[in-house]
Amino acid sequence: MSDIVLELRDVSRRFEVSQGAFKGSATLTAVAQVSLQVKRGEVFALVGESGSGKSTLAKMLLGLLPPSSGEILIDGTPIAASDRIAVARRIQPIFQDPYSSLNPRKSIAQLVGLPLVVHNVGDAASRRAKVVEMLDLVGLPRRLLDAYPGQLSGGQRQRVAIARALVMRPEVVICDEPTSALDVSVQAQILNLLLELKRELGLTYFFISHNLAVVEHLADRVAVMYLGRIVEERTRAGLFAQPGHPYTRALLESVLTPDPDLGVPDTHIGSAMANPMAEHAGCPFQPRCPTALNICKTTPPPVSALPDGWATCHLLQQEAVA
Amino acid sequence: MALLDVQDLVIDIPTAGGVLHAVSEVSFTVERGETLAIVGESGSGKSLTSLAIMDLLPRVAQRRATRLNFDGADLLTIPARQMRKLRGSRMAMIFQEPMTSLNPAYTIGNQLTEALRCHDDVGAEAARARAIELLERVGIAGAERRLLQYPHQLSGGLRQRVMIAMALMCKPDLIIADEPTTALDVTIQAQILRLLAELKKELNMAMILITHDLGVVARVADKVAVMYAGAVVERGSARAVFKAPSHPYTRGLLNCIPVPGRTAPGAPLGAIRGQVPNLIGRLAGCAFRNRCDFAAPECAGEMHFETPTPGHDVRCVRLAAQKAVA
Ligand SMILES: Nc1ncnc2c1ncn2[C@@H]1O[C@H](COP(=O)(O)OP(=O)(O)OP(=O)(O)O)[C@@H](O)[C@H]1O
Ligand SMILES: Nc1ncnc2c1ncn2[C@@H]1O[C@H](COP(=O)(O)OP(=O)(O)OP(=O)(O)O)[C@@H](O)[C@H]1O
Ligand code: SF4
Ligand code: SF4
Ligand SMILES: [Mg+2]
Ligand SMILES: [Mg+2]
Repeated sequence: MSDIVLELRDVSRRFEVSQGAFKGSATLTAVAQVSLQVKRGEVFALVGESGSGKSTLAKMLLGLLPPSSGEILIDGTPIAASDRIAVARRIQPIFQDPYSSLNPRKSIAQLVGLPLVVHNVGDAASRRAKVVEMLDLVGLPRRLLDAYPGQLSGGQRQRVAIARALVMRPEVVICDEPTSALDVSVQAQILNLLLELKRELGLTYFFISHNLAVVEHLADRVAVMYLGRIVEERTRAGLFAQPGHPYTRALLESVLTPDPDLGVPDTHIGSAMANPMAEHAGCPFQPRCPTALNICKTTPPPVSALPDGWATCHLLQQEAVA
Repeated sequence: MALLDVQDLVIDIPTAGGVLHAVSEVSFTVERGETLAIVGESGSGKSLTSLAIMDLLPRVAQRRATRLNFDGADLLTIPARQMRKLRGSRMAMIFQEPMTSLNPAYTIGNQLTEALRCHDDVGAEAARARAIELLERVGIAGAERRLLQYPHQLSGGLRQRVMIAMALMCKPDLIIADEPTTALDVTIQAQILRLLAELKKELNMAMILITHDLGVVARVADKVAVMYAGAVVERGSARAVFKAPSHPYTRGLLNCIPVPGRTAPGAPLGAIRGQVPNLIGRLAGCAFRNRCDFAAPECAGEMHFETPTPGHDVRCVRLAAQKAVA
């Protein structure tokens, strides 16, 4: 088996967006030319701006959305060639929103057991046993088997989502903001649970989060996304010690530690959100970058190699020359 | 007089298994221009508390209080028609789940302008102009184009910003924000929190911020109320609560979060053992006692607030004993 479990080669995804009755449509680029490799057994974290394309990327990894161009490989085999069902057996999601990702009319037992039914695994009795085993694994009391999502707290619903994701024993779990809707004591339990399950089951996580303290706690490698592009990819230690890209720096500056003597920092990158429908001749971060150079308006920054990864910023090129 | 005065709020929900005491002991005040943060466990009653203030509780829920005043008006007895008028014009809410208040069938523009026009006598053009202004202030690029889009065409973060813009359409006196920045990445969270603080100042608005993010609470709140199992267990200035957390639950919460430099990567995070108690049936004593390291027989008895320093209240009968152990 190869060391690389997931690979993206130059993957892009575009959407046609209606502009209103008489204006026709425009193209929105949600993911632009992303290449990355996820190693077996690692926690690969993806952070970035709201709307930067993280969930779109996750959906493509899950085979729920085809790329507009580029290639996605699982264990070296392109996704298009392996069928949807086969993908679903090996890659399972835990989504951002425990409220909308669970069908409110299905019981917890039905929700957790659904993948088994879809994939035709076992008979009713063995499925029920498997579901009970999963509830125990994620720390949900068995009395909730016949409860409905509406009767559960946010944390309990997220445990249901985790149980459902793991019931097929996947290799890779795509976690899209798995703890962002949870309060901290539940978040701690879920993060401890995810780390424990990873050790126990040898899982690989593709972990999307906007909580950098959580990412620093959990990740082995981190990719930073901006406007559909990956602008920096580093080891955890390297990224947090010495961020290479100005956007990464702004991200790290925005982490709010629980200190009542400090206010909310101004990251100097403005609040104007990036527009995914605009064309960018130069660096896509240029309109907000506090350290932009003239060249940034006209020329896209090339990839600069760093000891533990890479980043795309003209400043790094200049440093290399100087 | 406080803008909002909530005393002994109780919310009961009859269920098949008995009465759920979702909120049993909540009291706080909020002044104009002040931010109160409510923080606590999932299911502790934070959203119900805010819905009770807005009179938006689910029909089955029963609300009681010894006092529920907003700017002198008694919200316990106010006629429904007047309450509807207050809501949206003087009190506004940013919901935890954007899709519950965004209608999937209408464009963003329709919904924003409706929010204003059903309360004020404002022309369509003026309403549209204000919608664009607010979308720009919450940092949405291409605001005019976004007016024509439907909620499902926006990312989670964009929807949340639309919600914030919608709540601000009528320049309310009190804004209740239920997890307003949860879905946003941190640079935008910082911008939105600064923006809310700015607008709060500009309009001398009071804000109740519900969040599970202790970092946000520490940086933004003037006052904090920590809720557990339907009750406020600790309340005071943000400074007091973070510098001298005194309830065992509050201290447990602070140990749960990864803090770079303090927690080792990959090491288990502090956890609060056990589970939240079932709130169905009769409740007595401290609801935290099945999880508390300091629990003693007296914790099953009558609860009251201790006041370690003026303005800092802790609902624990063993504060002195805790100090002796710690
Ligand atoms: N079905 C769709 N049609 C049109 N545009 C879409 C669609 N799905 C996503 N987009 C757009 O693609 C971009 C990326 O969205 P995506 O949901 O992947 O962002 P994200 O990084 O997950 O954001 P968040 O942190 O807010 O969840 C956004 O501009 C979004 O509006
Ligand atoms: N319509 C309802 N019917 C029955 N129980 C309900 C209803 N709405 C809320 N509850 C219960 O009331 C309690 C308080 O719920 P609430 O939504 O206020 O919690 P919360 O503190 O906002 O939690 P979270 O952080 O998960 O949003 C929970 O136990 C919840 O299950
Ligand atoms: S390339 Fe230029 S604009 Fe882009 S991040 Fe670097 S300095 Fe800023
Ligand atoms: S009252 Fe007793 S059980 Fe409750 S927090 Fe205090 S010591 Fe713990
Ligand atoms: Mg997303
Ligand atoms: Mg809530």
